[in-house]
This record gives sequence, C-alpha cells and structure tokens, in this order.
Amino acid sequence: MSSSQPKPSEITPKEVWLTRRRWIQSGLALGVLGATAGAGAWWWGREPDEATPARHGRPLEGVVKTGYRVDEPLTDYADVTHYNNFLELGSDKETPAERAAFLPTRPWTVRVDGECEAPGEIDIETILKVYPREERVYRFRCVEAWYMVVPWVGFSLGDLLRRFKPTSKAKYVAFESLYDPDHPLPGQRRLRLGWPYREGLRMDEAMHPLTLLATGLYGEELPAQNGAPLRLVVPWKYGFKSIKSVVRIHFSEHQPVTTWNRLQSDEYGFYANVNPEVDHPRWSQRRHRVLGASVFAGKQPTQMFNGYAAEVAGLYRGMDLHKFF
Amino acid sequence: MGPGDRGVPLPRRRRGRGTAGSSYPGWLLKTPVWLVCLGILGGYLAALVGDRLGANPVEALSHASGAWALRLLLLTLAMTPLRRLSGWSWPLRMRRLLGLWAFFYAVLHLSVWIWLDQGLDWRAMAEDLAKRPYVMLGMAAFGLLVPLAVTSTRGWMRRLGRRWKRLHRGVYPAALLAVGHFLWLTKADYLEPGIYAGVLLGLLGLRLIPQGPALGDSGRRFPSH
Repeated sequence: MSSSQPKPSEITPKEVWLTRRRWIQSGLALGVLGATAGAGAWWWGREPDEATPARHGRPLEGVVKTGYRVDEPLTDYADVTHYNNFLELGSDKETPAERAAFLPTRPWTVRVDGECEAPGEIDIETILKVYPREERVYRFRCVEAWYMVVPWVGFSLGDLLRRFKPTSKAKYVAFESLYDPDHPLPGQRRLRLGWPYREGLRMDEAMHPLTLLATGLYGEELPAQNGAPLRLVVPWKYGFKSIKSVVRIHFSEHQPVTTWNRLQSDEYGFYANVNPEVDHPRWSQRRHRVLGASVFAGKQPTQMFNGYAAEVAGLYRGMDLHKFF
Repeated sequence: MGPGDRGVPLPRRRRGRGTAGSSYPGWLLKTPVWLVCLGILGGYLAALVGDRLGANPVEALSHASGAWALRLLLLTLAMTPLRRLSGWSWPLRMRRLLGLWAFFYAVLHLSVWIWLDQGLDWRAMAEDLAKRPYVMLGMAAFGLLVPLAVTSTRGWMRRLGRRWKRLHRGVYPAALLAVGHFLWLTKADYLEPGIYAGVLLGLLGLRLIPQGPALGDSGRRFPSH
C-alpha cells in the first residue's frame, strides 16, 4: 500500500468518506453517551455501600453454651455474614448476602446413603428438634489467608452419622450441596464448577467431636449466605472443606471426589488441613488477615491445624502432611 | 501510536488541521480526566475513613487500585484507535494524562501490596515474587510502565527522538502482562478479567488494520502499527 499510488477508481470520493466519518463519529458519541448513562444508572442503583444492615435471622431457642471457646474476640456479625465464599450465590464476597433470597431453605431434606445399614432421609425440622443446639466458638481459616472467629450453633456430625449406622466399609463420608438443574442458583447458572459442590472427610475426621454440623450462628438460624440451613464446620481445615447447604451425605469405601481438588489438585488437597508449613501456589499460608481488623493491623501467624493440634494431630500421626496436604 | 501523536515530534504545520477537536483548549480536555480520576481516589479515601470498605479493607483497596490501573491503561490504549476511527484529534491529547493516571493507580496498587498487605515484610515479598506467577506478571507489568512514565515529558521525548516511540511500545506488553496478572490470580469467576482481556485484544486488533487513505486525514497516510 505504501509503494503504489491507488488507481483513481479506488480513491474514495471525498463526500463518501466525510459521510462515513460522520457516521463513525456519531456512533462513537452515542456509544459513549450510552455507556456513561449505563454506568451512571448502575452506580446510583447500586446497593448502598453502608454495609447493608445485616438482616437478622430467626433466633434459635435453647442454645447451650459449651466449653468450645477461643480466647480471641468474635468477628462482628456483619463481617461474618457479609464476607462469604458461596459461589452458588455469586463470586464476590458481598454478593451471597445480597442474593440470600435465592436460596430456598424450606422444605429441606438431607439424604443419607451409601455404606450404611439404615440409609434414609432426615428433614431440617427433625434435625433442629432431635439434636442439641450447642454454641461453639471456632476459629475459621480460609485458604485465601483470611480468618474469623465465629460463634456457631450446632452439634457433632458424628451424632447424626451414627443414626444411619455406617458399616465397616464406610471409610469416607462424602457431602453434596444443593443443586437443582431445573432451578439453578445464580452462580450455578454462570460458573461451571461441576455442580453440585462436593466435599468429603475421612471417617475418623467425620466422627471427631470437633467436626460440627452447624444450624446457626450468633444464636440465630444460619443466614443463607453462610450455608443455610445446615452446613459442615471443620475448624482445623481450610474453609472450603466446610461445605454449605448440605443435601446429601454418602458413606463410601473410597476417597470421594471433591470440587476444588478435582478442579485444581495441585492447589487444593483432599485433606486441606490448616498448615503454615505447606505453601499454597497462590497464598502463603504462614500468616492470615483477621476480618474486621483495621487496614494497618497487618497479619497474624497461622497455627498448625488452626490451633486445634492438641485435639486432632493424632488423626494424622505418621502421615507426610506435605504429601497429603 | 503514530508519530507526532504525542505532540512534540509533530511538524508545526500539522497542528490545527481542520479536524474536529484539535482546536479545543487543553483544559477542556484535561479537566474532566482530572476530575474523574481524583474523584475515584476521593471515593475510596472517604470509604476508608468512614470504615465502609467491608470486612477486608486491605483486599478492597488492593482490588480497586489494581482494577482502576488496568481500566485506565485500557482507556489510554483506546485513544489511538479512537482517533483513527473518528478523525478527532482530541483523544491523542488526553492520552498522556490518562496513561499517567493509570500509572498512578498502579503505584497505589503496588504500595497497598507492599505496605498494607505484606506489612513491609521483604522476605515474604521476595518469596511471593519468586513463587507466584501472578505476582511476577504484575511486577513485570509495573516494571515496564516505570520508564514510560519517567520519559513521558516533552524533554525526554526530544532527547530520545526516534527511540522514544520504540520505548513506548512497551505499553502493549505491559497491558498484556497486567491482564495476565488478573487472569492468573482469579480463582473461579473469569468474567471481569475476561472482559479486560477481550477489550485489550480488540484494541490491539484494531491496530493491525492497515490505515487506508479513506480514513487518513486529507488522504495522507500516517504509518500504523
């Protein structure tokens, strides 16, 4: 193009390119106007920044205090309920709280099957009636290196598991979160993670008294964004193990497939015990940031098994925790 | 970025051609950029002081500064194609200012990381830099932007002459690295970094379209790249 002159017939007449340019300019101007209007509408229509006043759930009655306490300040209710990884409801930390209404929490039934003598179903009302409502203050450490202290309400998972009489072949327990292909939740519609979300524990981990099935926090029913109406809490493991909104529990002889481990096995191990010595490709696990702390607070050192070594280290005696991370 | 886009190497006579916008006074073009870019900063400072940054304010500041650095960098890169498509010359007169604001937010992003996130723990930072690809990409992008910001003055343009333009092509790898940095640190939802990647590829693609006489000014071609 630079070497030869265009033939006269190839030269666009001046009027044509002037008109064309006028069209391009109008198009660009309209585009910018539209984008500005759109951005403005979005900005003004946004949820107010003022941490959306936490909507409190129904209070749970008959909550009993227990010896499960932590000598650290509790994380604020607003922070516990507005900083959530719950991809089913959205991928930001704040969106799950905004979309709480999308999660249908009643009626709610948990199916329990697999290697057990008495497979069956149990609904949430029965669970709330039959099992104790213990307040247990646990440390909660996310693999993303943030940390909170939560007063959960719930009971030991083992109490529920025993009801279904697992057999000697039950070496593992697998869990599944809510997923209805006909009515997917907002995040399930957009993200392809291989729904439902799946997690699993070794049988002895599942039967450990620390392992909690939570039905509430701060003396109230669990908010949707925290995994209503029933979630797992395994305080010595990274948060992604503590599966939310459980609808199925399955006893199995083999190690179950779990969501993050399947997606990126080099980053998310099956065990996922909190361990400051085992590095994660994205986040150093040596320290963590306490939610709700000031911007200048810095990070705190992370403890082995998130501070629960005395209770759970025995479960892993003789295991190479760098290999089985 | 054609020659003369930045003003100085431009022969005198090319100034004030009859293209729309070239006669706008500088302040009319630059004041809105200052207002918007300062406004964003002010908004976050107010949120910080008013404790409205949520449960993890360090993360909020880090994400916001990084996102604005990238958005402004893409906007800077959009000015040349905008000029070529529309014939307006004012986009080029805003480009340096936009680029410097992008750099400002990149400095902020890096400062948040060094000071608020890593707490000046140099050992931890060196380890992060050595181990984590997204940290490497981000740092490389920043490293490429530094000389561009430094040599953005008229004096440096004059001193570097032809080499100035070659140096400033570093903005393309910098933008690619910045988008790569965002994509790599993303855990599950690739929508936002994906949009930036799409915009960047679109902007780079527009530069590959040869500049025909129909769109050049008064039939004059100016080299494209």
